[in-house]
Amino acid sequence: MEVVKIENVTRVYQIGKVETQALRGVNLSIENGEFTALVGPSGSGKTTLLQMIGCLDQPTKGSVCINGKDVTRLNRNQRADMRRGTIGFIFQFFALIPTLTAYENVEMPLLLNGHTHKERKERVMELLKAVDLSDRANNRPDQLSGGQQQRIAVARALAPKPTLILADEPTANLDTTNGQQVMEIMKKLNQETGVTFVFATHDPRVIGYATRTVTLQDGLITKDSKANGK
Amino acid sequence: MLQIFKMAFRDLGRNRRRSFFSALAVAIGLALLMLMSSVIQGEMGSALESAIYLQSGHIQVRAASYDENKSSLKWEDLVDNPEQVASNIALLDSVQAATPRLFASGFLSTGDESSGIRIVGIDPQSAANGPYRKGILSGDFLTADDREGLLIGQPAAAKLHLQVGDKVSLSVNTSNGDVMEQAFIIRGIYTTETYGFDSATVFLPLAKAQAITQTENHASTIFVILKDTSFTDSAASQINIPAGLEVKTWKDLNALITEFETMANSYIGFFYLIILAITASVIINTLIMSVYERTREIGILSAIGMRGARIMGLFLSESVFLAVGGVLLGLILGVFAVYLFNLKGFYIGNMGLSGFLVADTIRAQLTVDKTISLTIMTFVATILSGLYPAWMASRLEPVAALRAEK
Repeated sequence: MEVVKIENVTRVYQIGKVETQALRGVNLSIENGEFTALVGPSGSGKTTLLQMIGCLDQPTKGSVCINGKDVTRLNRNQRADMRRGTIGFIFQFFALIPTLTAYENVEMPLLLNGHTHKERKERVMELLKAVDLSDRANNRPDQLSGGQQQRIAVARALAPKPTLILADEPTANLDTTNGQQVMEIMKKLNQETGVTFVFATHDPRVIGYATRTVTLQDGLITKDSKANGK
Repeated sequence: MLQIFKMAFRDLGRNRRRSFFSALAVAIGLALLMLMSSVIQGEMGSALESAIYLQSGHIQVRAASYDENKSSLKWEDLVDNPEQVASNIALLDSVQAATPRLFASGFLSTGDESSGIRIVGIDPQSAANGPYRKGILSGDFLTADDREGLLIGQPAAAKLHLQVGDKVSLSVNTSNGDVMEQAFIIRGIYTTETYGFDSATVFLPLAKAQAITQTENHASTIFVILKDTSFTDSAASQINIPAGLEVKTWKDLNALITEFETMANSYIGFFYLIILAITASVIINTLIMSVYERTREIGILSAIGMRGARIMGLFLSESVFLAVGGVLLGLILGVFAVYLFNLKGFYIGNMGLSGFLVADTIRAQLTVDKTISLTIMTFVATILSGLYPAWMASRLEPVAALRAEK
């Protein structure tokens, strides 16, 4: 089943009087359970494509369908609802809310989705265990290492049981060991839960985990290849 | 919602000093409003109280033709058989005292000095004389059968260098237009702590005043003091008066004060707006800075699916906390400021407006009603100040917000 279907997507940014084409008629289809890497040099359009898939931005032309639903013309609130229920995000920077504990950060999407206290507690503890940070539940982000913060971000992305997780350079700010650890966790969760991962990277060690590699250059897909993944 | 409040509270805790000073701005705003309001209230209350108890009474019954500015002593302008009229009025439940008074104008002379003076003939037994009796500084109060004693205000006595027991010459206009001169003895010196009144008023027993002005068994007015000011309209409507007389209430007799109060309220409303606008600008500034500092976090919250309304709620919650903290602190500061003000009061001496009796010392008068309304006003203004920054936060595009520097 297609989780993502992108047809002829173009994104043009207007900066002053200068127009920049970040995507130029991109077509892409991602099946359920894939562990897809978007690769390419800086400025190739990886992040823009992730933002289109994640309903964070809207294409200038073309259409984006998530789980068969066209999200191209949704309004702000409808896009927020779509993100809340369907899509999890992991960012390059450790995007946690600094005033909330690890537990509360993971709990946040569940709160937004209206889960009960019991449901939230069970789910959060399950996820903290999955990322091996049960003992850091009450720590705030500034009391955690970069790798630990990114693992919490992974747990938060998975909390509402999304069908799709988008990760933008998830290991870029981590050392090799921590980067590897985060990728191992993501891969394990992909295999165990079947959730679809799409991540942008240009780190060859990370690309090695992908089952599919989509290469972008100058806003176009230049190569789309299957791989075995680690 | 609880989580939103929790986040808002913790967000304020991130920069405690800034949050404290923002709440302090709200507190100072409220304290200033309370102090200003209570001073105006105190001054207007004092002016009205002075006017009622010293000058107009709650109600006066007098001849329809009487012109108080001329202190006319013609018999047709006076109340005939005033004791009878007063005793009928005194039967009403709401009346504390009803007593005839006679007003005349004249001169007080001591050798080489003289001063224009207003002569008030009073029934010394009446409870309506409480403020003068209470304010005796030296000597005694008048008695009904005193034929040569008078009471003089402290500023007038000082001006004419008079003491109790001194002799003084009083020249008075009479009902037929002549001037009658007679010697009197200073029986007592009083103060009502109202310079405008004390410097220009002497008291005589009514019988003596009637005799010297040749207004036998007549009075300028029946001066009525009620048990409570709120009884005025009902009491006025219950008074039965003989033909040719009319009933005037303190509102009719003190139009200047009520007009001044309306004007003062308009001005003070304007000052309220200025203070609230300054307070609001501090809160807006604080929250806008907070939005800028947390743009990326707003992007994260938006990315995980928080709707704009909730983001708005988060920032509005912060303004609610600032409002609660500021208002609580402001109440303490405000009450303390009023207390300090009232320790000594604000001495204005004889700076009162002409025709306007104001006590020498202004004291702030803080009422519960006013405190509640000012607190609500400040609270609402603070929360409303959070609307724009909150709206700004809720309208941030997630992509742009996520790109922001941490």
